Amino acid sequence: MLVRPKPGILDPQGQAVESSLRHLGFDVGEARVGRLVDVDVPTDDRAEALAQLERMCEQLLTNPLIESYEIELERP
Amino acid sequence: MSEPRPVIPVVVWPGSNDDRDAQRALEHLGATAPRVWHTEEMLPRETAAVVLPGGFSYGDYLRCGAIARFSPIVRAVEAFAADGGLVLGICNGFQILTEAGLLPGALRPNASLSFVCRDVTLRVERTDTPFTTRCRTGQELTIPVKHGDGCWFADDALVAALESSGQLVLRYTAGDNPNGAVADVAGVSNADGNVFGLMPHPEHAVDPLLGSVDGASILGSLVDAARLSLAASV
Repeated sequence: MLVRPKPGILDPQGQAVESSLRHLGFDVGEARVGRLVDVDVPTDDRAEALAQLERMCEQLLTNPLIESYEIELERP
Repeated sequence: MSEPRPVIPVVVWPGSNDDRDAQRALEHLGATAPRVWHTEEMLPRETAAVVLPGGFSYGDYLRCGAIARFSPIVRAVEAFAADGGLVLGICNGFQILTEAGLLPGALRPNASLSFVCRDVTLRVERTDTPFTTRCRTGQELTIPVKHGDGCWFADDALVAALESSGQLVLRYTAGDNPNGAVADVAGVSNADGNVFGLMPHPEHAVDPLLGSVDGASILGSLVDAARLSLAASV
């Protein structure tokens, strides 16, 4: 699950990364810092796994006021 | 006869660190303030108000307050608040109340990315809340902040709505915003006015030895209101 600060939300961590990258000589635009959460879901049912992961994002892993999320499924 | 001492429990999480200061300040101001462990499912029966103290509940992993809001005691606090009970969240307690949806907005890392620990000057926008009756409108209070995640955020539409409903109760004075909070918001209440959260620490400013007694205006107001609710329920 990829959790990102929503567009327009001040992201001081992203700004610090952006400025460090520029100091190193990289030509970069805006940098934003989010969070990656890997969770093992013990099911072979993709729809079921997706539904569970969505509930995790809604209930705990994101604050919908300030963050958005994206889910990627992978077989182990 | 001495005035009755209302019971104002202070909730304790693993990682809370201002619970004893809050307890001491409330007792100094005339309340009885038992500390209540977060796994409790009920508040003490005679509870007249509740305080959620500062600290780093559950290490503040994920987002500040995001995990603490699922503690059993928070369900009891939600029920208490829904019945009109007085709830005050200080710093981490404020973060927990926003995560629980009891207060509007969210608290983000400070714009400076630095932990900030210093006195700030606050302007009291309203004195008709249970948390500010001992203040004067427009009064400036000096109370310390100490936090890494105190940047209160709400989008423009929400800020405008809260402004017009008078929920932006406390603001950092011009130029003294320590964290980049939108609209200089330091403390915000819910629509009904019985739940209030603020980033500064009134419990650290109740004795001249600490440099300021302005925190007593906030906590003392709460003790007064709790005492009134006690009288009303008898």
